[in-house]
Amino acid sequence: MATAIRIELTVNGVVRAIDVLPHHTLLEVLRDDLALTGTKECCLVGECGACTVIMDGRSIDACLVLAVEAAGTSIRTVEGLAGADGRLSPLQAAFLDRGAVQCGFCIPGQLMSAQALLEDNPHPSHGEIEEGLAGNLCRCACYEQIFEAVQAVVDGESAASTVRAPHAAGGAHAGARSVAQGLDQ
Amino acid sequence: MSPTVATPATSVDRIGGSPNRVGGIGRVTGAQEYLADLPAADALHAKLVTLDCARARIIAIDATEALALPGVRLVMTADDLPQPVPRFGPQREDRPVLAVGETKYHGDPVAIVVADTRELAERAAALVQVEHEVLPAVFTVADARAADAPLVQDPSLRPGDPLAGTNVLKEHIVAWGDLDAAAARAEVIVEQRYTFPMVTQFAIEPHAFMAAPDGDGLAVWSTIQHPNWLQRLIAGLVKLPLSKVRVYAPDPGGGFGGKQHAKYEPAVVFAALRLGRPVRLVLTLEETFQAVRRAACESRVRTGFARDGRIVFQDIEADYLIGAYTDIADRVVGKGSYPAAGPYNVEAVRIVARSVLSHTVPSTAFRGFGNPQVNWAVESTLDEGALALDMDRLEIRLRNLARRGDRFIPFDTPCDGDWAESVRLAAERAGWGSPLPQGHGRGIALGIKSGPTTGLSYSIVRLLLDGSVVVYAGTSDMGQGARTVLAQIAAQELGAPLDWVTVVMGDTAIVPYDQQTSASRSTVLMGNAVLDACRRIQAQLAAMAARLHGVPEADVVVDAGVVRLPDGTTRTLLEVLVPGLGRLGGEITAVGETRKDAHADHPLGGAPAFFEFNCTVIEAEVDRETGDITIDRHVTVSDVGKALNPLQVRMQDEGAAIMGLGHTLMEHYIFDEVGRIRNLGAIDYRIPTSMDLPRELHSEHVENADGPGPYGSKGMSEGALLCVAPAVAAAVREATGVSIRDLPLTPERVWHALQDRSPDQP
Repeated sequence: MATAIRIELTVNGVVRAIDVLPHHTLLEVLRDDLALTGTKECCLVGECGACTVIMDGRSIDACLVLAVEAAGTSIRTVEGLAGADGRLSPLQAAFLDRGAVQCGFCIPGQLMSAQALLEDNPHPSHGEIEEGLAGNLCRCACYEQIFEAVQAVVDGESAASTVRAPHAAGGAHAGARSVAQGLDQ
Repeated sequence: MSPTVATPATSVDRIGGSPNRVGGIGRVTGAQEYLADLPAADALHAKLVTLDCARARIIAIDATEALALPGVRLVMTADDLPQPVPRFGPQREDRPVLAVGETKYHGDPVAIVVADTRELAERAAALVQVEHEVLPAVFTVADARAADAPLVQDPSLRPGDPLAGTNVLKEHIVAWGDLDAAAARAEVIVEQRYTFPMVTQFAIEPHAFMAAPDGDGLAVWSTIQHPNWLQRLIAGLVKLPLSKVRVYAPDPGGGFGGKQHAKYEPAVVFAALRLGRPVRLVLTLEETFQAVRRAACESRVRTGFARDGRIVFQDIEADYLIGAYTDIADRVVGKGSYPAAGPYNVEAVRIVARSVLSHTVPSTAFRGFGNPQVNWAVESTLDEGALALDMDRLEIRLRNLARRGDRFIPFDTPCDGDWAESVRLAAERAGWGSPLPQGHGRGIALGIKSGPTTGLSYSIVRLLLDGSVVVYAGTSDMGQGARTVLAQIAAQELGAPLDWVTVVMGDTAIVPYDQQTSASRSTVLMGNAVLDACRRIQAQLAAMAARLHGVPEADVVVDAGVVRLPDGTTRTLLEVLVPGLGRLGGEITAVGETRKDAHADHPLGGAPAFFEFNCTVIEAEVDRETGDITIDRHVTVSDVGKALNPLQVRMQDEGAAIMGLGHTLMEHYIFDEVGRIRNLGAIDYRIPTSMDLPRELHSEHVENADGPGPYGSKGMSEGALLCVAPAVAAAVREATGVSIRDLPLTPERVWHALQDRSPDQP
């Protein structure tokens, strides 16, 4: 067995020290070691974008980055988008309001790509939005609604939401989740 | 803080509104847990062992090296299963839990390895030595139907079947009228052949499964669309009562039909029982490609016309290339080909559709369920007729289109919409008939798909003391938005705001029986069950109000959370509910039911509950240098009866349209000579991205409240996929003068077609 290597990285603002194997990817570390399962696994070859996270301000496919390469970097995942008080970010709120979510599996990656795009270019053209999200597949194909959501943020139509994320769902047991909707009005 | 008294449902929450998706917050925060996200600290991890070829005789399996790795718990082969090895399937029980004697397709599992970590299971699987001999195999319709073709299924699996000595699993024949007489009368006859490629669902969430001993029973987790069907299957395999098999079905991350029926759940169950531990198997995307796909199809269509454009006959023959095991594929062939003559009144029809077995991945349900394959051929042939008759392609369709009440398929559900309204709307939105720029073309196609032919859905609805509501529904919300629509029905009927409605799904121990989530049925069938339960609660509220106010029950009206008394005054729901329930409180619970019984004398086992009708118009241009097609405008109009949630209707319609562009322009499996799929995975199998969309996409719907679902709704999630290929190919022909009859219309294929024709071109 390979020997574990201690790395330090910042994840959603928190410094984490983790022992990782040299061949483990950032995706494996996020999902398996840090239990941040919002970042999804699909193609594992950097084509689908489901595992997109932001590393030092750039969107990357976490499946293509070795965990050791992430040492010393600052990583943001979908779990880090909402405010500390649980308020949805403008992009999250816009995705919700514009109906840019169907099955939802690609959405964390879409959000992180869109976030990186807007941080780099706060006023992208429609074509730049299309191109900025070209690495994120959505088989439900709600691309039009995703563009509308990003455009709404560009146009300043979506401020930080008053909607708060519910308490992190998911007890030990997973099956029948009732979707908790007991939110503030 | 949550309010202690519900504010009434707003118009956005109710029917016809487009509230934020129920479950949407978890989906934008990462909190939504798909199966692979579930915490399972004590679970072992599984990996399938497969061969690098399609059909092979298994000579010996040596797991010594794999088992020598510390942390490897089990290598299970068919020999370790109950004998004879159990077989299963929704139509025929022909698929073994693990391969017996020989593999039948590229990806057919010969063993399942279980280890402490996923990585270890993968390493161990690679160490399992399978001595095997590659055997002759068939991967195309022509090879499978050849007289000397090796048989995919042993005739012993098909007792009493006259076709058992062939690879034709079944031949479905639908016919009416006198075809020969009609052919003699026809003034123009056109005949063409078309092919439709093998494509895959490619839900972004790969399939995943888990099983664990659960007290005196068994718990099974699956990304499945049909948890109740899975419960019955597993209970039968392990000989437990249904009540001891609990199926958890977390919301799938996309399904598209591929997650309807069990694939590797039985193998995972047997492994978990053997080890007495939870076992989890999360497929890779490549493995998912090897688990589910759509049937390829080769069609021959001969259509006869009268000089005035009337279709006199349709003679349709379609060979669907299904896989090595039946799964639901033969139902796809039978049901998908049944309405192949289209939404038209045709006096004589003969449709022959065959399920052709091959040594390929078992084909399954996939959005459109067998209709897109043959609609591609039939609508394209209709265009050939229009060309021969020098008729407008819109006009020829309107001339033959069924009108409401027409029995365009004898003995089937009559035409249930004002379909011409959809066609005219699509034509108008697309500017049909207006001049086009040089090098552009337009195409139009119509499509129908039969809705569910049988169904049984129960729903429990509980009205709690504070006016909030819990809805239990066995539907799977895989993105189509069932949670939201079912919650809206409850909000509409019981007056609760949407965020006071909780929809519970995906646990067979809690949620009552639902037959399945398929055929765009849930809004209609489960929706009616929820509506039925809500109306039963309203009846109990009326009885309470009558008792409280000393008035006749029949004179009390309960609607949308408001109680109207005979004196004209109204009470809020809570003003009746709270005193009505009395000092002990409690709740009102009701069970709703929708039943659509089978009819043995109908060829499909029942007439469809509704038709999905769609009209698509495409404007496209072709780059003659590269063969690349640009979709300038894509107009889709579906007849939805009533849009309970217009935004979700638009999203399903656009999603189906764009998925249709996938099989039309880019998607197809590529095989090598030993039946290996050479383009497994996301790099070499392309689906539409944000850069592949139409320049303009217009989704419209027609609402005449004429469907069988709540408030006149119909199912609508598949219609917009039916027409894409024929409409795009027709636009390409108008733009270039070249007809292409094989999909997908890749730049390479289009370029070659243009080269072949180039001497004729101006």
